[in-house]
Amino acid sequence: MRGYAGKFLEIDLSSKVIEEKKIPDNVLKEYIGGRGLATKVVWDKLGSKWERVDPLSPENILLVFTGPLTGYFPGTKICVSGKSPQSNGVIGSTVAGEFGIDLKCAGYDGLIIQGKAEQPCYLFICDNHVEIKEASPIWGKKARETVRFLVKESLKEIKDIKPGYGEVIEPSILYIGPSGENKTRIAAVTSKYAHAAGYGGYGGVMGAKNLKAIVAKGFGPLPDVCAKERTLDLIQKFLAKSFESERFRRWGTGGGGYNFGAETSSEPVRNWQEEWHEEESYKGEEFDKYWVKKYWGDFGCPTTCLKLAVLKNGKYAGALCDNPDYELESYLGTNLGIFTPEKNIHLSYVTNELGSCGIQSGAVLGFAAELYEKGILTREDLDGIAPVWGDVEAFVALAEKIARRQGIGDILAEGIYRAAVKLGEMKGLDLLTYAVHEKGVAIGAHGVRSGRDYVTTNPIAYACSVQAGDHTSGADLPIGHRHSELFTIMSDSAVYCFFAAMMLSNKDIFDFYEAVTGWELTEEEWYQEKALRILQLQRTMLLLGGPDITWKPNRDDELPPRFWEPLPSGPDKGRALDRTEFEESKREYFNAAGWNENGVPKPETLHNLGLKDVEVKLRDVGLL
Amino acid sequence: MDQDDQLWIERFYENCSGCRRCEISCSLYHEGKIWPEASRIRVFMLVPGIEIPHLCFQCEDYPCVEACPEGALSVIDQTGAVDVDGETCTACGLCITACPGNVPHLHPDGNSIVICNLCNGEPRCVSACLEGGWNALALLPKKGISYKMLAATPQELTRKVSNQILGEKTTEEVLG
Repeated sequence: MRGYAGKFLEIDLSSKVIEEKKIPDNVLKEYIGGRGLATKVVWDKLGSKWERVDPLSPENILLVFTGPLTGYFPGTKICVSGKSPQSNGVIGSTVAGEFGIDLKCAGYDGLIIQGKAEQPCYLFICDNHVEIKEASPIWGKKARETVRFLVKESLKEIKDIKPGYGEVIEPSILYIGPSGENKTRIAAVTSKYAHAAGYGGYGGVMGAKNLKAIVAKGFGPLPDVCAKERTLDLIQKFLAKSFESERFRRWGTGGGGYNFGAETSSEPVRNWQEEWHEEESYKGEEFDKYWVKKYWGDFGCPTTCLKLAVLKNGKYAGALCDNPDYELESYLGTNLGIFTPEKNIHLSYVTNELGSCGIQSGAVLGFAAELYEKGILTREDLDGIAPVWGDVEAFVALAEKIARRQGIGDILAEGIYRAAVKLGEMKGLDLLTYAVHEKGVAIGAHGVRSGRDYVTTNPIAYACSVQAGDHTSGADLPIGHRHSELFTIMSDSAVYCFFAAMMLSNKDIFDFYEAVTGWELTEEEWYQEKALRILQLQRTMLLLGGPDITWKPNRDDELPPRFWEPLPSGPDKGRALDRTEFEESKREYFNAAGWNENGVPKPETLHNLGLKDVEVKLRDVGLL
Repeated sequence: MDQDDQLWIERFYENCSGCRRCEISCSLYHEGKIWPEASRIRVFMLVPGIEIPHLCFQCEDYPCVEACPEGALSVIDQTGAVDVDGETCTACGLCITACPGNVPHLHPDGNSIVICNLCNGEPRCVSACLEGGWNALALLPKKGISYKMLAATPQELTRKVSNQILGEKTTEEVLG
């Protein structure tokens, strides 16, 4: 086994039992790591009772998995997973940073965390020294205080473990803010102030386990690879390609706040009422004024698409965040009628401090603002807050309430879909009309109406994705294709940054996988077997859902109502999706994925992939 | 000792992206593995966004060499770098205490101290940094100025660079 550290840590926070665990080679070969392996592990542990497991209960498990390529591939991520409190399925949610490096250098490929601690705690890992430590001094604290405390405390402890060592590089930390502690469904698992595993809502899962943070420090080398020279040659080749991508290195996705609106008409504007704007104030070069680092990257990254943005002067002095990147430029900007970089940076900073996901938070804030605009929610309903488009202070006040589940925040903390259902019941209105989500997950900031957004080229991108609203994992046709979800499963499972891999061919990736692990993997095998197997498991758990909501196959593989309205403005004004074409694409996708006409995995598909237990379960619940 | 041929690695902290390709290149060259803690240059990120590449400052009076009771440390004439004789070094740590920047550290296997030896004049960290266009490191001739003056611990450097990048008020918040 090469490329892997060779063992996992299983931690039960209820019983405080910590055990090392090995996962057999054949399972790793089939499911790789990260998202793929997490899917397999949750299925094995929770599959039989899936629909009864509350994602925000101690019964859920939290998985933090690296993959075999983590650390070697130039661009590092870690995958967080479990049963999602947003979709009630399983989502592989990745976050950049050094955590995966430290974990592997400590000797572990991943963490399987079960149960619930009696008191707020954090998990401390320094090589084979693993400890559950008290987190009461930082419970309730935001990002800055949390990171400051944990870096100091942990370095003290590491120096005790390694006396006479000298200075030690700080450990890597995954943590939650108040949003996760209060089990909102929009809470992210965060790192380095501004990096977040947002999709899925696993911050709330950590909160439900009383787990404030995970600290990891590894003193060892990365595990050996199979073909070292070949691996190093490929790394060099990948680096050279990334260094060529001048535009992306210079701007990252940070030019998108203007471009996706002005050029492709696919940016959320005022809760998706429009997808077009051409506000010059929101151009990349306006953000550039606040960038203090032209390059800001994580371990091994040649692309450094992030920028560190800092507000040094003015009303919002002290705010710092990553860039922001496009998703936050739009969801915490244009979607709220904010078109000035300072306000967007400030709101991104506040959101990061609270530990909410910028996408999910911006979506629910925009939803509330539209209801306020339409007079459906009043200032009284909103605890005296009047969220007028562009009023950043009002959105900050609401974001704080959400993260602490205070007043109206308690309802909005349920995320856009559940909030729409609840508020709709209270008001006696169908408010789902205003909720742009896919199966409980607010969708990425890439609209499908104009048909010109390069991230989601097919209108079924969200509707058929097993990760629902995740714009990085859209469905596409043909199914065995670079831009299809099956290829995203590769980056999320081998766990590398797909941004840093944008310039590479499929062959490059499979060659690299083979050089590191020594296990052959062909494109055919990936698309027709391995990725497809992971897809069936994810699809099955998404359809099993529960306990609060269960999605109906086919009926709920649907776009939000707003996306059926014609675009109201811009060069694509009047353009609308074609229902017949959409349904045809959906049918074609179901067929290609081996699903029946309702989108349920067919028995023969499951047989061919060796997933008979899945068929049994689907029959049990009446889906087959 | 011919001062003209000796080398010095200048660091421009505000340019450091935190990509740590310097650590990767260093540990691959010296250890044959990707091994951040065994790297002779290590990037400290005590505050996210404030990255400090940390390696030997080459003080003109070499207090680490002076402090070594075993004579395991010596100055390489050709480059001006410090050489550690791993066989003689007992890992007592006196060189760490003597260093004004707390630069030397134990090899993670625990048997001896590691200090940057400038890769015999072709430091891999600098090449990696220049290749990426980050320009946080530069290889310069070692001139007669006091490099000891620049020596500081990761904590001191973090505060200084954070003050510059984030401002004093924010630095107080993030660093305490």
